[in-house]
Order: sequence, then C-alpha cells, then structure tokens
Amino acid sequence: MTLNGWLQIAVFIALVLLLAKPMGSYMTEVFERRRTFLDRLLVPVERLLYRAARIDATREMRWTEYLGAMLIFSAATLLLTYVIERLQHLLPLNPQHLPAVSPALAWNTAVSFTTNTNWQSYVPESTMSYLTQMLGLATHNFWSAAVGISLAIAFIRGIARREATTLGNFWVDLTRATLWVLVPISAVFALVLVSQGVVDNLRPYDTAQLVEAQKVTAPGPDGKPATTTVTTQTIAQGPVASQEAIKMLGTNGGGFFNTNSAHPFENPTPLSNLLQMLSIFLIPAGLTVTLGQMVRSPRHGWAVLAAMVILWFAGTLTCYWAESQPNPLFHGVDQRASLTQAGGNEEGKDVRFGVANSALFATVTTDASCGAVNSMHDSFMPLGGLVPLTNILLGEIVFGGVGSGLYGMLIFVVLSVFIAGLMVGRTPEYLGKKIEARDVQLAMLYLLIFPVVILTFSAVSVLAPSFGLSVLANHGPHGFSEILYAYSSATGNNGSAFAGSNWNTPWYNSSIGVAMFIGRFLMLIPMLAIAGNLATKKTIPASAGTFPVTTPLFSLLLTAVILIVGALTFFPALSLGPILEHLLLRAGHSF
Amino acid sequence: MASTSAKSRRSLLNGPIARQAALGAFRKLNPVSMARNPVMFVVEVGSVLTTVLLIANAVHHSGHAGFNLQITLWLWFTVLFANFAEAMAEGRGKAQADALRLAKSETTAYRLKAEGSEEIEEVPSSQLRAGDVVRVTAGQMIPGDGEVTDGVASVDESAITGESAPVIREAGGDRSAVTGGTRVLSDSITVRITSNPGETFLDRMIALVEGAKRQKTPNEIALNILLAGLTIIFLLAVVTLQPFAVYAGAPQTVFVLVSLLVCLIPTTIGGLLSAIGIAGMDRLVQHNVLATSGRAVEAAGDVNTLLLDKTGTITIGNRQASEFVAAPGVPSEQLADAAQLSSLPDETPEGRSIVVLAKERYGLRGRELAGLNAEFVPFSATTRMSGIDLEGRSIRKGAVDAISRYLGEHGSQLPPQVRATVEEVAHSGGTPLVVAENGRALGVIHLKDIVKGGMRERFDQLRSMGIRTVMITGDNPLTAAAIAREAGVDDFLAEAKPKDKMDLIKREQAQGKLVAMTGDGTNDAPALAQADVGVAMNSGTQAAKEAGNMVDLDSDPTKLIEIVAIGKQLLMTRGALTTFSIANDVAKYFAIIPAMFAGVFPVLTALNIMRLSTPESAILSAIIFNALIIVVLIPLALRGVKYRPTSAASLLQRNLLIYGVGGLIVPFLGIKLIDLLITAAHLA
Repeated sequence: MTLNGWLQIAVFIALVLLLAKPMGSYMTEVFERRRTFLDRLLVPVERLLYRAARIDATREMRWTEYLGAMLIFSAATLLLTYVIERLQHLLPLNPQHLPAVSPALAWNTAVSFTTNTNWQSYVPESTMSYLTQMLGLATHNFWSAAVGISLAIAFIRGIARREATTLGNFWVDLTRATLWVLVPISAVFALVLVSQGVVDNLRPYDTAQLVEAQKVTAPGPDGKPATTTVTTQTIAQGPVASQEAIKMLGTNGGGFFNTNSAHPFENPTPLSNLLQMLSIFLIPAGLTVTLGQMVRSPRHGWAVLAAMVILWFAGTLTCYWAESQPNPLFHGVDQRASLTQAGGNEEGKDVRFGVANSALFATVTTDASCGAVNSMHDSFMPLGGLVPLTNILLGEIVFGGVGSGLYGMLIFVVLSVFIAGLMVGRTPEYLGKKIEARDVQLAMLYLLIFPVVILTFSAVSVLAPSFGLSVLANHGPHGFSEILYAYSSATGNNGSAFAGSNWNTPWYNSSIGVAMFIGRFLMLIPMLAIAGNLATKKTIPASAGTFPVTTPLFSLLLTAVILIVGALTFFPALSLGPILEHLLLRAGHSF
Repeated sequence: MASTSAKSRRSLLNGPIARQAALGAFRKLNPVSMARNPVMFVVEVGSVLTTVLLIANAVHHSGHAGFNLQITLWLWFTVLFANFAEAMAEGRGKAQADALRLAKSETTAYRLKAEGSEEIEEVPSSQLRAGDVVRVTAGQMIPGDGEVTDGVASVDESAITGESAPVIREAGGDRSAVTGGTRVLSDSITVRITSNPGETFLDRMIALVEGAKRQKTPNEIALNILLAGLTIIFLLAVVTLQPFAVYAGAPQTVFVLVSLLVCLIPTTIGGLLSAIGIAGMDRLVQHNVLATSGRAVEAAGDVNTLLLDKTGTITIGNRQASEFVAAPGVPSEQLADAAQLSSLPDETPEGRSIVVLAKERYGLRGRELAGLNAEFVPFSATTRMSGIDLEGRSIRKGAVDAISRYLGEHGSQLPPQVRATVEEVAHSGGTPLVVAENGRALGVIHLKDIVKGGMRERFDQLRSMGIRTVMITGDNPLTAAAIAREAGVDDFLAEAKPKDKMDLIKREQAQGKLVAMTGDGTNDAPALAQADVGVAMNSGTQAAKEAGNMVDLDSDPTKLIEIVAIGKQLLMTRGALTTFSIANDVAKYFAIIPAMFAGVFPVLTALNIMRLSTPESAILSAIIFNALIIVVLIPLALRGVKYRPTSAASLLQRNLLIYGVGGLIVPFLGIKLIDLLITAAHLA
C-alpha cells in the first residue's frame, strides 16, 4: 500500500460525501414535486408523456398496484429487448452484419439488463449490433435504474407517510427519475467521457496492422492444436460514451466491450476512472440524504450513510492490502511498489490503474450492484477476491444499486431496530412506526430469498460434474469461488464475474437467469409489502424514550447486524472458498 | 399469598419448584408442545435424528461412538434445559397461583331464594351463578366476586392484597365491589354475585399466572418469526454446506452437521423466550398487580403518557393547614384560637390539621368541649360552612363565597385585605378557608396540598425515559397549575370530569401515543377501557375492574410507575438475550468450522483462533457451551435485566455493550474453558 494510493482513495470518498447532499436534496425536490431548475425544460416533456400514455399524474397507488405497474413495465421492456436481439440481423445499424442472438442467450441478456444485473454471457463486440446495444440494452440501463430509484422512493414514502394506504404513482416516479435525474447527468457525463477519449461513433470496426506479427497456437477445427500467424487487429468501435455514462450512473455495469472498464475506449484515463467510480456511488449516496429529508430526520440519512462508509472502508482496506501483498509463490521476484512498478499482485490489472485503483474499483463496483470492472476479479489474491464476493453476499447494500441498495439497506435497518430496539424497553419502533409481526415476517422473507437462491444453485452446481463443474477454468477452492461468485453476482444483480469460466451453457444461462429474476423481482415483493404496511401505521412522536436511529452508535449497530447476519449465512461457504484458497496459497498450493 | 411473597425476593432455585420443573422439562418433550417453539423443535428433531443414527451405528459397530454419544446427549440436554427454564417460570407462577387458590377454598354461601325475599338457603360457593344474591355476615367468607347491594361492612382483604388493615365496603358508590375469598369482619352485607364459577376474577388471574392460558403477545409473536427465520437461514447454510464439503473432498457426519446447526440457531433466546414472558407476569404479581393479559404488560413498557390522579398519587390524600393569615387589626393568636375551636369537633383530616397547626405555631392545646356547653355546627351542603357556637361566640369557617354570604347576613362584609389574601392563597395552589366570628372576618387559613416526597425525582426519571406525566384533578386551573409546578409533572388537566379524561386519552392516542391511567370509580370505566394500560384499584367498583386490563390489589395509584418499569424490563430482557444469542454465533463458527475441515485441510487450523485441542473437543465444547448458557441465563431470564430509568440512547449503549459486545466475547472464553476441562477429563 502506498501513500499515493491512499490519497487517491481519500479523494474519491471525499468527493462522494461532498456530492451526497446536493444530489440528495435535488432528488427530494424531484420526487416531492417541488420546483427545480430543470422544470422549465422538462415539465412540458413530462406533460406530453403523461398525455400520450393517458396517465393521471395525481393518482396515488397502493403497494400492490405500484408493484403491478412496475412488473408490467419490466415485462414489456424485457420482451422488447428480446425481440430486438432476435431480429438484429434484419434491423439497421449493424455494420458488422452480426447474426441474430441465440434464444437462450437473448433471454439471459434481456433478463440481465431488465434486472439491472448486466451479467454478460457473451462478447458484446462480436454479438450485439449497435442498434441492439443502443435500443435494447442502453435503454434498460436507464429504465432499470429509474425503476430502482422509484422503488426506493416508494419505500421512503412508506416510512414517511402516516395512516396512508398509497406509496405514490409508479409512472410519475419512473418518468421523473429518468427525465430529471438520469438523463441530464448522463448527458453531461458522456461529454466529459468523450473529452477523456471515450469513443462515440457508429462506424464499422477498424483494422490495424500489427507492428510485429504474432504466432498464436489454438485448437483448430479438428481439435488438434494449430498455429496461425496474426498480422492485423480488429479494433471495435461504437456509441460508447453515451452508454458508458448511464452504465456507471445507473449501477448497471454492462460493458460495451467485453473487457468492460478495463478497455481503453471505455475508460481511458485515471480521471475517467475516478469519475466512473464516483458516478457509481453518486445516486446511492444521494438517496440516503433523500431518505433523511423525506422522513424529516436528516441525521438518520447520515447515520445510514455512515454505516455504508464504514463497510466500504473495511472492504477497500482489505482488498487494497491483499492486492498489495507479494504473491508467496513467486520466490525471489521483486514485488515491492516502487517508481517503476505498482507492486503487489499486478496480474489481471491494467497498468493505467495499478493496485490502488483496481482494488478500489472492485470494492466500489461490488458494494454497489454495478458490476463494471476495470480489472479481473478472478485474478485477485484470494483475500482480495473475498472482498467483492463478500460485498455482494452482504446484499449489495453498501451504497448498493441505485434504489435497490437503499431499500435493501432499509430492510437491515428494520431488522436492526427490531433486534436491538427491545433493549431500550419498548417494543421496536423505527422512526415512530412500530415494527410488528408482519413487518418482521416480510423482512425475514426478503433476507431468506437471497441465500436460498445462491446456496441452492451453488450446491447443485458443485454436485454435478457434467453440467456444473465442466465449465470451470480452475479447480479446488478457486473453482468453488467462481461458482459461488456467479450465483451471488446474479442474485445480487451485480453482473461482475470471477470470469475464468465459460458461463454460456444451457445450465448456467438458465439458472443464472432464474437467479437474476428472483434476486430482483421476487425480493422486491416483500420489500414493497413492508413499505405498504409501514405507510398504514400511526407515527408515534419521538421522545427521549425513542430508539435512536440518528446516532453513531446506531450506525455501528447497523454495521454489526449486517456483518453478523451476512457472515453467519455465508461464512461456511466462504471458508471453503477464498479463505481456504488463501491458506493453501500460503502453504504453496495454487489452483 | 402476597403478604409473604410480595415484597420478599424469593430465592430463584427454590427446591420444590426446581424439582417440579425438572420433571416438567421431560414432560415438555412432547413434540406437540415443542412445535410451539420452532427453534427448540428443530433441536429436538436434530436430537432424535442423532439418537436414531447412534443406535444404527451401534448395531453396525461403525462411527466414532464415544464422540457421537456425547454429542447426542448434549443435544438432548439443550432441549431439556430450555424446557426446564420454561417449567421453572411456570412453577414460580404456580406457586403464586396456589397461594391465590387457598383464598378460593370452598365455603358455604347463604343465598337468598329470591331478591328481596328474606328466605335463605345454604349452597356451596362453587354453585353460585352470576345474578345470585347472598347474605354475608361478620366472620364469614365472601363466596364470590360481586357487588354490595345493601349494607356496610368492614372487610379483611389481606388474602388478596396482603394489606392487613380492613377496608370498608358499602352499597352504592365506588366502594361496592367485593372479591371472593375475602372475609367480612363486622356487620353484614348483601352481595349480588357477578361472575359464574370458573370465571371469577381470581380464576382468571390464576390461569394467567400459571401460564396455562398464556397466549403469545404481539411482540413475542414477531420475535418468534425472527427466530424462526434465522433458523431457516442457518438450516439452509448447514444443508448446503454438505455439498460444498463433498466438492472439497471433506464430507461431514450428520452428528457434526447437527451440532453446527444447533450451535447456530438462536437456542439461547429460543429456549428462554417463554420463561421471560411468564416471569414478567410473575414480577407484576409480586408487586400485587394482576394483569388480564401479557399484552398489557408489553403495552406498559411502551407507554408514552401517564395520567395520574392528583389525590393519592401526587399529593397525599388530604390538604393540610399550613398558615394562618389574620385580617388587619386581628391578632394572629385570636385567629388561631377561633380556627382551633371551630375545628376541634371536626374529624376530617383538614380539621385535624388545623388543630395541629394551632398547637405547633401558637401552643394552643386541645380543649375539652364538653364542659364548654358548645354546639357544633357541621358542614352542610346548603350553608357550605362549619363551625361552633359556645358562650356567646359564634365561629364559622368555610369557602370565601359562603363566608361572604354569612357576613352579609350579619350586615358586614369581607375586608378587601382578606379578599386579597384569599386570592393569593388560591394562586399559590392552596385552598383558602375564611374564618369569621360573630359576623366579623378574622382571617384566612391556608390549606395546602402536600406533594408526596420523591415525586419530583420520579417524574424527572419518567421524563428522561420519554414518558409524559399528566396530572388529573378536580381543582380549578390556578390551583392545579401551582401543584403541577411543585410536583414537576409535565401537564395537568384541571376541573376534570370523566369525559375530559376520555377526551384527553383519545387525543393522545390519535397522535399515536400509548396512555396509561389508574381509576377506581364506575365513571372511570370508559376511560380505563380506552387507555392502553388501565389499572383499576382493587377497592374500586366491579365495572372499573372489568374495564381495565390490570388490577392493583394494593389500590395504590402510584404503582403505575412500577408497572411501566416492569413492562420495560420485560422487553429489555427479551432484547438483551436476543442480541446475546445472535452475537454468540461468531465464536461458535470459529470453534466448529476449522474443526470440521482441518482433517482434510490442515491449513484451516489457522481459523482455530481459540487453539482448541482437537476437532472433537472443539465441536463438543461449542455444543456444551450452547447448552449450558441456557441454564446459566435462567436466573437472568426470570429476574430480568438490570433496569434503570434513563434515556433510550444510554439504555441502548449500556445494553449493547453488555449483551452485544459481551455476547461476542463470552463464548470465546466459555468454549475455551470447556475445551480445557473436557481435554483434561479425556472426554474428547
């Protein structure tokens, strides 16, 4: 670890904290329908949309109706993307004449982008046409993010409202999240990325002459190794900057190119790297402030944010430390950081970013359910790889996905309040709302779905040599980590991978598809039900006897509950994965 | 019962109760009753599973018999210890109930054949039905709960309240309710029975205290859901661990997997939860308060607003004379003399306090009135004065308007200075009594409400706990404000009529607050029913008792504050042990996980941070700790965690430190210690 590395990390988190308040206040204004500086431009557009879609913007929805509208919207857009993928060979903007996407992959990808996972079982530049990327995938980056924000706002309303039956209007929240929040910031951000060298065009791919011809040995069509001489390189092009912005801002993470944010056209400079990480945390951090403002307890918002920062820091510290360690298997190799090298474990990392920015990016992208990567998580040291995996297993709530991170975190808040709330001698209450049997039931259901999906699919996969283990690139504990990571990433709607394996098989495409689907849609049913239930309750005025949810102690309590519940659920599995691998590596074994 | 058990702290491991509870622990193994507690039910299923496997292994002579046998035994102990905790709590409740039941012994009732008739028949008290009318005379036991319809009697209620001083019960008014099992000491009364056999007040209380009819409270249900949810999550973690272990080449035995599961699921709180609930009810009974449901005890902890009657709760029952303020030109001694004379025959506490004050301030001794040919003029509703006529002196004392009228009749009037004094006294919260002699105003007696000692501190404590106190009084707003200030309550309701009380409760509840109050009269009944915690005085009417959800056998309105404390303590105990239970799991993981896999992957011993001697001893130590901690915590569950009235923030800090951080550390120490012991004993 170097001072330079820590300074960069410090600058990053300082900017996150600095931007949280203005971002959060702005979102409060947007969703409480107060005046904003963009109204003059956007209100006419908004009205036009409502009129065209025959939406009564003043109509309030119960949680079931809100859920229904959200599901209909998601289903419709999912289907649209599927159709575009299947018909892309007939549609324009396909300069590479890419064929239609296969049904299973088209389905997996449509689910993946609808659920804000952006798990990619394919190589984008050789699979998806420009039109598919723009109309089929990038639109989902906006929509799935807007849906996430809407759900979080609905949840906040559930806490803030008293003796109410409704949570707002889904269509209005969706429209305002898109028009007021996502589109303007993405537009500006895309231009900034262009200034850093991110491409944005609709040209066919370039071909470059290699300075030095390369000999490549690979299995030929007959299965025997054949050596070919490569003299040219295809350089993929495309409307990258416009998609890159929302990919990060919406915590989607689906790369325009296969190597994602490690590709120089997606993430060319250290500045673009910093801005990308910043944009991942921008909305999730802002939403904690929005929470505080809308429930009229700004300090509660900060307390929630503090818990997130603590967990983020723990992850960053562990990951950066682990990646800065020399690999014990390289005897006699200088692996120290110096002026000429970043030191530590440089495998799978881009020299532009080095250890510090790779470790930070990996932590940030898995804290949030982004899943964009600028380095290969699979090549991290075992404990370095443990961090992204653990971040996902905690439920993507450390900042978390746009919206989904906040409501996931609030479920833990409800749980923490319930467990510890009794200790102040009152039945548990959260911001004046009694937490009763039904809330606990729904919260436990929410918490239960997540490990059920991850652990069950992983267990089935490790027991099946044919369809489960055959795809693995590595064996032993590392192979197990790859499987566990895949299902965690899918269920947590993250989308990053321990990408050592070929997941494009029927079993993994379908099971990961199911995991993504459940991880998004099944989990938000109990979540919205809690919001609906909380909204109906009376609010007990705060007094000295009220359980404090605004103090540093509360932030620590929340952190402890998240860690203990998360750790208790997944520690046995982790101990047979990254932890065992780490110990075996020190004993001289690798996988 | 109460006279002996109420105040004295009974030893927790009372021999006969513990013996009964040990038997009860086995009786409760019945899966039907175990199923009520999902956590312990899972442990029982695990125990049965390992027992069956143990027998199967013994037949085939396979497996690690010594270790497996010990695991199986400790699993059963875990279930038994949890059952024992519940049986202990129930046993202590039963002991209270038996004492109550003694009072309920069969007696002979003298039933009137028809209401109004004089014909009496003898029937066993157990055959009385609601509506029957009985005659009870001195020395007899009152055969059932009822209402006095005729007569006055002094009744010994010590069987119920533990209070040995007899109380007066009379027809009509707020002192008409009598309880079965109490004894009439003098006179004779006619009682209309108000409950059927098995449904009397006492019967219901006994059922509740015994825990037989105990229903889970809302918070208990919610907590049970949390515990069941955690159990399912851990079941999942353990069940899927086996495939992972198979993949890693280190499959586990069922004994080890069940041990891991039982160590992880929250058995500590799962085993003690119902004991905590029963013990909460029991603590209430020790304070001579009977609750009609566990829900009421929980609500007591949640109370935001306390409605306290001024008289008897905040002030001692009666006003006392505190000062004589003479009119201009009248010597104070003369006023004191007249005041004392007029009060000598006055048996009211106010009257007596005037005599006492005259003696203290002016050395005026009590005089024998008999020789003075004095004629006492008692207080009447029409004159609203009292006084005395003797040897040409006619002394009157009374409220200012009454004396003004009296003076007017004598052609004189109240001097302005006296009127000013009267207003001053009223302003300061006192009650002015004007004294006049032979048509001339002598001055004013200042009667003062005496606030009970220590009340201000208690209200400060309540405030720091976030509880608002509202004083209810029939006084005028001026007086009420002065007393409220002196006592340190947050608010007051002056000139309160029953409807005002009701409105206040509804107003508070509309804001989401929970309200507690005490009451005794029939006109309190609607408010008692409306309040979230309504404590009826045992001396009150049947209607009041039916309406409230608690009855204070001592009829002490101040007890409301203790009831709140007991409710809070119950909830805190529940929360503390839940937190402790969950925090414990961290250490158990560090004991069991390395032990499970160190055989195949010796590098995993790095996780064995407690340095437990062998894999077997590690697993055994964890499961033994898990079982023993239940027993160790039984006293805490029954007694409740230490409670001190302070703000939620500091309570949370303190309890998190003790039960959260403590819950993380204690098992590391405990498991290490057990490991050392069983290694020394060569058990593993």
